[in-house]
Amino acid sequence: MSAVAFYLFAMTAIIGGLLTVISRNPVYSVLWLILSFLSSAGLFVLLGAEFIAMLLIIVYVGAVAVLFLFVVMMLDIDFAKLKAGMAQYMPLALLIAVVILMQFVVAFGVWEPSHIAETKRTQVIPAEYHNTEALGLILYDEYFLLFQVAGLILLVAMIGAIILTLRHRQDIKRQDVLAQMYRDPKISLELRDVKSGQGL
Amino acid sequence: MVGLEHYLTVAATLFVIGIFGLFLNRKNVIILLMSIELMLLAVNINLVAFSVSLGDMVGQVFTLFVLTVAAAEAAIGLAILVCFFRNRGSIAVEDINVMKG
Repeated sequence: MSAVAFYLFAMTAIIGGLLTVISRNPVYSVLWLILSFLSSAGLFVLLGAEFIAMLLIIVYVGAVAVLFLFVVMMLDIDFAKLKAGMAQYMPLALLIAVVILMQFVVAFGVWEPSHIAETKRTQVIPAEYHNTEALGLILYDEYFLLFQVAGLILLVAMIGAIILTLRHRQDIKRQDVLAQMYRDPKISLELRDVKSGQGL
Repeated sequence: MVGLEHYLTVAATLFVIGIFGLFLNRKNVIILLMSIELMLLAVNINLVAFSVSLGDMVGQVFTLFVLTVAAAEAAIGLAILVCFFRNRGSIAVEDINVMKG
């Protein structure tokens, strides 16, 4: 049962990844990327890393993929023109992909975990806790500084993204609340007596 | 029985697909960013597979940080892309050749 689920998730992850790369329309690419992320979350659940799986769905599918979708839809670009050179790049891309895959096969084909790997563990997964609990126990304890730095990275990324995309347009009319509040009848209103038949 | 090697195979395949995408979509920066996300996802699968296989929690902690950096990278990358599109009206890689704002 678990093997069937593994092969299902693995196939959908790989097919999703492949179609992300070769699909003609970037909106479809984002949707295939979401499929790939979801199947990988399934793989993580099969591995027993539930927290990472849920985080993958929330962060990648919920935030990153939606960000990609927004940007793809926001930019007014002729994507067909960008895809024009794809057939021309295909042979080189295939060659490089095959070469790197072969390197992986050669590297992993004869590889096996060292027999002293068990003794090198720093944080053995405790059997009595659930995955989330075990992760929280060491994340807030042993790796607290790294956790803070991760927050700092996100803060810097957020500030950077806002500064890069914030645009103060000068050519439109905008409400100036302060000027409205300081405006009073004394400086903005003038009363005159208009004589009949003469005008101002 | 599904073992470590199966997960490593999936991760290696996804990583190679990411590299393949980088070389295939040389003009489209959005798909380039998506390919980088795919490669980071493959790295995450590797880390979690090893973490579970060896019974060491550090791999999953590290996955969290990779996820954080990937999210920050996507946000900054797309912000730069939007900024660039406003200035040049194009996102083709060959148009990104002027180094002054």
